[in-house]
Amino acid sequence: MIGLLPAFVAIPLVTAFVLPLFGKKGKGAATVLANVATISLVALAVPCIGHRGVYLLGKWSIPLGINLVLDGLSCLLLLAISVVSAAAMLFSARYMERYTAKSRYLSLLMLMIAGMNGVVLSGDIFNLFVFLEIASLASYALVGFGCEHEELEASFKYMVLGSIASAFILFAVALVYGNTGSLNMAYISKAIQSSGMNNGLAFALSLFIAGFGLKAALVPFHAWLPDAHPSAPAPISAMLSGVLIKALGVYALCRTVFNVFGVSVAVGWVFIALGVLSMVIGVFLAVGQWDLKRLLAYHSISQMGYVVLGVGMGALILARGGEAKWAALAILGGLFHLVNHAVFKSLLFLTSGSVEMATGTRQLKELGGLATVMPITRATCAIASASIAGVPPFNGFWSKLVLVIAAVGAGFYGLAAVTLLVSLVTLISFLKIQRYVFLGELPQNLQHTQESKGPMLVAMGFLACLCVLMGLLLLVPALRQSILEPAVDVLTEGVKYSAAVIKET
Amino acid sequence: MLYSLCFLFFMIGLYCAVVKKNMVKIVIGIMIMEYAVNLFLIMLGYRLGGAAPIIDRSQVDLETGQIAASFLSSCVDPLPQALVLTSIVISLGSLALMISICVRTYGKYGTFDITEIRRLKG
Amino acid sequence: MKGMTIIVKTISGWVKVLIIMFGIYITLTGHLSPGGGFAGGVILASAYVLLMLAFGKEYAEENLPIPLASKLESVGALLFALVAIMGAISSGSFFVNFLQHKEAHGQALDLISAGTIPYSNLFIGIKVGASLFLVILILSSSQYYSPNRPIDGKEFK
Repeated sequence: MIGLLPAFVAIPLVTAFVLPLFGKKGKGAATVLANVATISLVALAVPCIGHRGVYLLGKWSIPLGINLVLDGLSCLLLLAISVVSAAAMLFSARYMERYTAKSRYLSLLMLMIAGMNGVVLSGDIFNLFVFLEIASLASYALVGFGCEHEELEASFKYMVLGSIASAFILFAVALVYGNTGSLNMAYISKAIQSSGMNNGLAFALSLFIAGFGLKAALVPFHAWLPDAHPSAPAPISAMLSGVLIKALGVYALCRTVFNVFGVSVAVGWVFIALGVLSMVIGVFLAVGQWDLKRLLAYHSISQMGYVVLGVGMGALILARGGEAKWAALAILGGLFHLVNHAVFKSLLFLTSGSVEMATGTRQLKELGGLATVMPITRATCAIASASIAGVPPFNGFWSKLVLVIAAVGAGFYGLAAVTLLVSLVTLISFLKIQRYVFLGELPQNLQHTQESKGPMLVAMGFLACLCVLMGLLLLVPALRQSILEPAVDVLTEGVKYSAAVIKET
Repeated sequence: MLYSLCFLFFMIGLYCAVVKKNMVKIVIGIMIMEYAVNLFLIMLGYRLGGAAPIIDRSQVDLETGQIAASFLSSCVDPLPQALVLTSIVISLGSLALMISICVRTYGKYGTFDITEIRRLKG
Repeated sequence: MKGMTIIVKTISGWVKVLIIMFGIYITLTGHLSPGGGFAGGVILASAYVLLMLAFGKEYAEENLPIPLASKLESVGALLFALVAIMGAISSGSFFVNFLQHKEAHGQALDLISAGTIPYSNLFIGIKVGASLFLVILILSSSQYYSPNRPIDGKEFK
């Protein structure tokens, strides 16, 4: 299984370069090839569960060469990326017929998937930066794909802020190289443990938090997200909100802070502060929106706050030397919420795309009464809204419950109260969506809308089934110990990652 | 001392990207930031009085493949140079994308001024 | 886009050969001295940019048509991936320098010496040259400049 690790990056890359050769006449064949590629990624990701390993590229041993590392956290994120990208690719088979240059779109989407897989698997910090740039450049182009007024403006804003973040990250990589003399994450970790943090490394850590925080759209770095996610085509919004901000933002942040630099009390408090700000500001700005996708985009900011809050609580408890079980529970809540959010937020964006394709508008005030003409879209949207609001027995409820239990158990009563309040406001805003989009009466100009067809329904139905079933990931002990707990162990072990990687080569 | 000058250069680029109102000037500011980071990365590898890290026939013993130790201790570090090559390619791709978005935006809105390109609000 | 005067056209007809030769030299000796695929590709693209500036866009487009450049780009990247995959098939990991360990590896510091590295340089040179040429050609077509009017190329709003 370890021998197939480069296939996660090689298959999307090769597909991305083959697809433009099809041209205009081969559009159908191009779509089929792209779907086959994403489904094969899912088929490759599932057997990786429970394995750990290091793959050396070109048989050069570390620290001379580049390695790919598979451990619990990478495996969890690989599963999330491949599932969401398979669903989005199925959805875009029918949705992207309205745009020209579909083979370019498919090629860019495969490049984005290749970049994200590379970020998650990389064992070398400069390699992580290169794959992060590949995924970011592909997403800048995809946001502005339709070339209308608003899409270009949103794409420019996203690109400026994203490039500044990438410059920060490269500066931090340069500082880390200058201070430790190595680029491999295991060796950097060893050097930092033996020599301690000096000013240069502390500055590099703060630059990393700023740069990755901007990619993850945490407040105060969130300014690009409410413009970029609504303007993108619906499957791209699902990919951006579902996996890109997690793989490029939260994963990279966790990897550098927990495994490379090591947790400290200050960093734990910074994460908790960022998480609380994002949760509160995101949800209160979301309630007042009247554009469907912009509302969903603000909710992405708020849910990322949950994830960072869980991880931050775990970091703080570990740094203070408190009870390890509350730290593990908090990190479990955060990571489980990450995977859940990938599934239900992408489902929400796909349903909004289905509504937009059928009616032609995204404004809540112009929609209404679609429950009678689009029943399947209504059902999947209701399932996803119940998940994000935390209604049992859908998957959002379980991850929020774990977060609240961990917060109360570790003594952070204020944080638990904030979590519950934000969940309540989330419920309010999703009831608003249900009321304005699906209930009420059908306006005159929308009398002829029809349900979406074929692959779009399959993609939405698949994600909705996952929403219902993913609670089992937490409750069934066998699934929890094979999928979720290795990811949590990687983060709670922290800097022992370096010893594990060096031993396995 | 030289490193802080490099950081000053980075700050100038950041100022330009944040304060200016013309889209093309913002793009130039981002490019200045990326040049500053590349410059910092090359300066990290430098050794005073060092030689370029290119081996020619006088330094390698062709039979065993050993490289002269005096060369190894006096040459500059080649790894940051490889990193900078990669980084320059990435900035080139990013610049091409930014300029094409500027061109398309000019075609749609008729202006390069970002205070007038504000349809997305709230 | 119109071309330039007769002096510029004559000289650039001679100089473009030198530029292309220099680009090929930099690409192929990338394993011996600085350069390699990317730098060589940029120099190759700049030969075509010289053609575009001196003779006009239509001449450069005839010389290397856009569909051909697009296909060259994809084929260059695919051949590079093929080199990597052949390393995986023949010796176990991706990107293994599988020609280094056979008899054909030659002396160090010769032109045919570093295994698969010259081939990677060549394919990357083709890809980068083609894609930079496409970028500059398409960005210079003025159909995007004029906001809502057909092109006459003279005044922007």
